[in-house]
Amino acid sequence: MEGERLASQARSSGLPAGGATGESPGVDAPLLGSSGSSALLQAEVLDLDEDEDDLEVFSKDASLMDMNSFSPMMPTSPLSMINQVKFEDEPDLKDLFITVDEPESHVTTIETFITYRIITKTSRGEFDSSEFEVRRRYQDFLWLKGKLEEAHPTLIIPPLPEKFIVKGMVERFNDDFIETRRKALQKFLNRIADHPTLTFNEDFKVFLTAQAWELSSHKKQGPGLLSRMGQTVRAVALSMRGVKSRPEEFMEMNNFIEIFSQKINLIDKISQRIYKEEREYSDEMKEYGPIHVLWSASEEDLVDSLKGVARCLDQCCKATEKRMSGLSEALLPAVHEYVLYSEMVMGVMKRRDQIQAELDSKVEALTYKKADTDLLTEEIGKLEDKVECANNALKADWERWKHNMQNDIKSAFTDMAEENIHYYEQCLATWESFLASQTDLHTEETSEDKPESH
Amino acid sequence: MTENNFWLKKIEISVSEAEKRTGRNAMNMQETYTAYLIETRSVEHTDGQSVLTDSLWRRYSEFELLRNYLLVYYPHIVVPPLPEKRAEFVWHKLSADNMDPDFVERRRIGLENFLLRVASHPILCRDKIFYLFLTQEGNWKETVNETGFQLKADSRLKALNATFRVKNPDKRFTELKHYSDELQSVISHLLRVRARVADRLYGVYKVHGNYGRVFSEWSAIEKEMGDGLQSAGHHMDVYASSIDDILEDEEHYADQLKEYLFYAEALRAVCRKHELMQYDLEMAAQDLASKKQQCEELATGTVRTFSLKGMTTKLFGQETPEQREARIKVLEEQISEGEQQLKSKNLEGREFVKNAWADIERFKEQKNHDLKEALISYAVMQISMCKKGIQVWTNAKECFSKM
Repeated sequence: MEGERLASQARSSGLPAGGATGESPGVDAPLLGSSGSSALLQAEVLDLDEDEDDLEVFSKDASLMDMNSFSPMMPTSPLSMINQVKFEDEPDLKDLFITVDEPESHVTTIETFITYRIITKTSRGEFDSSEFEVRRRYQDFLWLKGKLEEAHPTLIIPPLPEKFIVKGMVERFNDDFIETRRKALQKFLNRIADHPTLTFNEDFKVFLTAQAWELSSHKKQGPGLLSRMGQTVRAVALSMRGVKSRPEEFMEMNNFIEIFSQKINLIDKISQRIYKEEREYSDEMKEYGPIHVLWSASEEDLVDSLKGVARCLDQCCKATEKRMSGLSEALLPAVHEYVLYSEMVMGVMKRRDQIQAELDSKVEALTYKKADTDLLTEEIGKLEDKVECANNALKADWERWKHNMQNDIKSAFTDMAEENIHYYEQCLATWESFLASQTDLHTEETSEDKPESH
Repeated sequence: MTENNFWLKKIEISVSEAEKRTGRNAMNMQETYTAYLIETRSVEHTDGQSVLTDSLWRRYSEFELLRNYLLVYYPHIVVPPLPEKRAEFVWHKLSADNMDPDFVERRRIGLENFLLRVASHPILCRDKIFYLFLTQEGNWKETVNETGFQLKADSRLKALNATFRVKNPDKRFTELKHYSDELQSVISHLLRVRARVADRLYGVYKVHGNYGRVFSEWSAIEKEMGDGLQSAGHHMDVYASSIDDILEDEEHYADQLKEYLFYAEALRAVCRKHELMQYDLEMAAQDLASKKQQCEELATGTVRTFSLKGMTTKLFGQETPEQREARIKVLEEQISEGEQQLKSKNLEGREFVKNAWADIERFKEQKNHDLKEALISYAVMQISMCKKGIQVWTNAKECFSKM
């Protein structure tokens, strides 16, 4: 079915063009419009060249969680999505909106895995339609990330959520895990969409728009897995070398990211621990209120007071639950994302070092006239360009990343403070109203009592 | 012990200090204990000024002795309880050590409370031994023991027996016993949960303290965010340390509830005394009735009930009329005595019920008043905690937003 074709809008200047890709578009096939049924993968033979990242033991009747529920069936303008997703920079220019929802379990004879529904709404001209709906699994996200890293080795690619969390999980994949992952995947795609360079990446476009079989065939193109593996060993050797000749500004960057990584990891642990402690506090509080009600059954004259206290305790318990959910919505995912981000950035630093080292080794070869000087000189020329490109890309992206990081961290902690203030305000209100009710009665009573003699 | 009121003027009692001491115990072994300074002041009516009249040191075991004495001599009174001997309902950061300064401090307050309760009791305040406890340091123990109160105490076995076998206790006392059981059970439960809640709350606050340290370290590498992080970290430290005072206050609340937990036992003691007296009365009445019957049988010569005497008479022959006369006379004397005793026991029993019930009513009013106050003070504590929380987080939020 053909989708509508929007007139391409003039894109505002200032967004740098995408880096070298090299894959063919592969989007000649007709694209599904908004009314397409989500193509489930049951009938397909799936490629199993990747490891079992998202092989999940999951019951067949996995409940569809209530996510950002806007139906793709209703024509929604891109602008209406401003309320639903957080974006980072240049809000006025945002023309690509992505949501990830409806995790679904799929069972085949070979494996069980989860797919997520991805809905893209865009006003960009180079997209054949204004709306797309596809299903992707974790493997596909991994592929996309790999392609982006390949195309832009010194850009800071957003992190993906972990494959699995080793400790603290009873079942490998439970509802909480899937929900956390879903949110993180959505963040991942939106960060790419907001990135001035990555947003125009061809593989990204394919990821968002292609149907399952199209994606499979598209994936098969380009450098294979093995060649990538081969590079890593050499890469390590190179990066050692690159460290020595690292320019000053990148030294600073490296120092920063090392310490940052340490600290953000600690903050991640602390935040998780706070959540756990709050959960345990809340569990105990659940018992605390009811005891007072029980007591009131044997105390005629204290019924009001005791039931009043019970009510307050129950309210405070509810307020705690709310505080906890606020924590898990905002602070925890934000901090955790930056834990993963810091690893990404360290990887980018290494890659830059490798590129530099390549140049350095050629220059060294030239000095010792180990090979044909003309060829070397030509190669060196190309490498110098490459290094310059890489450094500039990284520098620009670093500034951008740091700026975003500060905003995100600031906003996450401000949220946390807000949640806590709100929590204490709620508790305060309930206790104050109890106190008011007691002292009213109290003054009534004491005026009737005769003063106690002693 | 006597009806004299030793307090001519209004008095103030305070347990003002606690001191660690070492000494030798009854088995001549060295021991460490805490002694408490009790100061008594008499208050001039006219200008409200107080003058220190007595000051002496007592240890916990002497308080126990005083209370045991009061329990024996005033069985119809709900005798105020002592603070706990050993720390119970402890949450993990709170020490269970009797020598811990916080525990000693709370016990000091509890002992003062005990003395104030006794001094403000219309009957107990007139007791001479109590007066001497406050005024006569040396020899007091001997004086108490000389009263021989330990001998007067009812044996536990006797009391237990009475509880099981009494047929017609006053219904109000039976109800009171049930009430005191419920009170004890529910307060214990409440204190246990409160301790667990305190423990968890402590955890929540303290973990936030870790933020402080990490923020501070992180701020070193941040140019723009540095100041905000650093000062936010400081507020996290403030938050984390605020819990210590909050929970210390809550311990005082817990102590107020504990007093009534222990009061439940005092209530039960009064009920037990009633049961004992009632049982005694019932036994005496039974005994009297059987003697009367025996007498009647001897007089009329009919044997309605089985008796050993009856059997032996059958086996070994009748007794002489003189013998029978003698026996009847003895029985008649016993019966007359028994009737007197029964009368006086009855009177005693009714007196006891009347007096006990008066004190129980007094106790009920006191309990309702105190518990209500305690719950109000708990609310006040919570309000204070919330206000502190709002303050700290508002400050932190400001720091965060300036980053």
